[in-house]
Amino acid sequence: MSTSPSGGTIAAPPPRTGAPMGPSDCTVEVRDLSKHFGQVQAVSQLSFTARPGRVTGFLGPNGSGKTTTLSMLLGLTRPDSGTATIGGLPYHELPRPGLTVGSALEATFHAGHTARRHLLIQAAAIGVPDSRTDEVLSLVGLAEAANRRIGGFSLGMRQRLALAAAMLADPQVILLDEPINGLDPEGIRWIRGLLRQLAAAGKTVLLSSHLLSEIQQTVDDVVVIRRGRLAFAGTLHELEHRVTGETVLADAADRDGLVAALSRAGATLGEATSTGLRFHGLTAEAVGVAALGAGIPLRHLSEAGGGLEQVFLDLVDERQPPAAPHPGTAAQHPEEGQR
Amino acid sequence: MIARYGRSVRAEIRKLTGTRAWWLLSLVLFSYVVLIAVLFAIMFSSIGELIGEQGGFALNSLASAQLVYSASTSFGYAIPLILGGLAVTAEVRHRTLVHTFAAEPRRGIVLLAKLSVLFVAGVLLGVVGLLASAGVGALTISLTGGDPMLGAPEVWGLFGRSLLTMGLWGAIGVGLGALVRSQAAVIIIALAFTQFVEPILRMVAGLWDWSAGIGRFLPGAAGDALTGTGLMSDLGSLDPTMEMATVPPLEPWAGGLVMLGYVVVLAGAAWLTRWRADES
Repeated sequence: MSTSPSGGTIAAPPPRTGAPMGPSDCTVEVRDLSKHFGQVQAVSQLSFTARPGRVTGFLGPNGSGKTTTLSMLLGLTRPDSGTATIGGLPYHELPRPGLTVGSALEATFHAGHTARRHLLIQAAAIGVPDSRTDEVLSLVGLAEAANRRIGGFSLGMRQRLALAAAMLADPQVILLDEPINGLDPEGIRWIRGLLRQLAAAGKTVLLSSHLLSEIQQTVDDVVVIRRGRLAFAGTLHELEHRVTGETVLADAADRDGLVAALSRAGATLGEATSTGLRFHGLTAEAVGVAALGAGIPLRHLSEAGGGLEQVFLDLVDERQPPAAPHPGTAAQHPEEGQR
Repeated sequence: MIARYGRSVRAEIRKLTGTRAWWLLSLVLFSYVVLIAVLFAIMFSSIGELIGEQGGFALNSLASAQLVYSASTSFGYAIPLILGGLAVTAEVRHRTLVHTFAAEPRRGIVLLAKLSVLFVAGVLLGVVGLLASAGVGALTISLTGGDPMLGAPEVWGLFGRSLLTMGLWGAIGVGLGALVRSQAAVIIIALAFTQFVEPILRMVAGLWDWSAGIGRFLPGAAGDALTGTGLMSDLGSLDPTMEMATVPPLEPWAGGLVMLGYVVVLAGAAWLTRWRADES
């Protein structure tokens, strides 16, 4: 949990003064958070926790409220109600927020500044030594581009620079919005290693993504939101647990009859795919038994191969009513505080 | 709180020196003021005296030298105003306020740091302006056979106060930028207001006593008052035959207070409207 990172480049030198470094417990906690913009309810009654020593994936489709939530955590956006705290304190009440929390919300920069200049500005603003800028530039692989204007950077380079800025203070909490967007495969592999390393050093890592597959190999915990509401919160393991035996692909010439029979047996209809209809809540065997009982010959029956990604897609399915995320699964949502 | 202010000030200095804007604007200021100062030096010095003998302009050496040296503040003040405006609008345009406010969530500290840094930057632009108006201007006065009056204490008082004026224009720019937020709009407002709208307003206001009393509180008039002189405030002395109102300009200290008032009103209005709003 609290082994120090292997490379010397990640850690910042100890602070020169006895300045308050912020809370020792750096749990990120979102409680009943709500925010609307005009007619749009961006975030509704959202609650989740991201813990130290773990990488938490914050998942949801585009426009589901991820960025709004992160920006409320950083005090950039004011919630309508609820709280977003870091180690029990709202961001603006942290003694040195810039040293406790490293964030990369948007890869937006002044196009006329060089990469080094951007980091020197941030270093001055949060109060870390200038020498850190070269350290983090090497860390993210931008040392060569340090003196080039950001206006000519690719999206991948901007992402690396945003990450470098987030790492300036060697913070205890790292909040990243879509950090993998625009990275090449090599960059994706590298950032996965880095985030794992940070969590191993006891830091709280929260990163958002709209694709589970993108961060599946990186995260310990998963928070899924849909239309600003919590759809799932738990470990990746718990999410994976919902895959086996619960989603089945089946097809028959008499599709209506099949749907009716399986509904009576307790299954819910998912989407139609090229190989058949997707059913939730029954094992493949139970589907076979139900079809047999109804006298419907099956022309296809298999356990859904989509697995985890399909569970995620079902969780965020826009066609489902927002209040009841998924019949038969709502009860399985781990309640915060019970763990 | 002092430490946080200090960190924000350091960050703002680095933002300002991080692009080419500051020296491009310095160059524009220098060229513009040289042009005006040389023109004035020739008009009010040798040729002016020549005409004066025939009953035209009647300016003594001190008055004409002061007019030449005030070219920096009475014409060049658009430059610190624009630089101050850019300090905020560039952050809006490039969406970097996110980084700024994440580093310092107490946004009042950020605003105060910007006002302070741009005040000092305005003072430094004032030095550039003086190099043009007093440096090149005095040289021109000498070359045309006039007395540059560089030994007069009044002239040195004007130098010092003109630096203050330019500094306050930088801070007014920050307030304007924070209120307007659009880079294009701020540049257009700064240029149109300082070069056309305000000179015309001041000219018209000077026609009657009642309006002249109000016109003294226009920002450019307050700036000229703080500096101690300026072409617009001295139109009457240039041509005694002009039908000008006889309301005297504000005292320098009062002019300075009026300018400070503009800083407070603009920055305060920005604070009450957009500065504390959601940023993402």
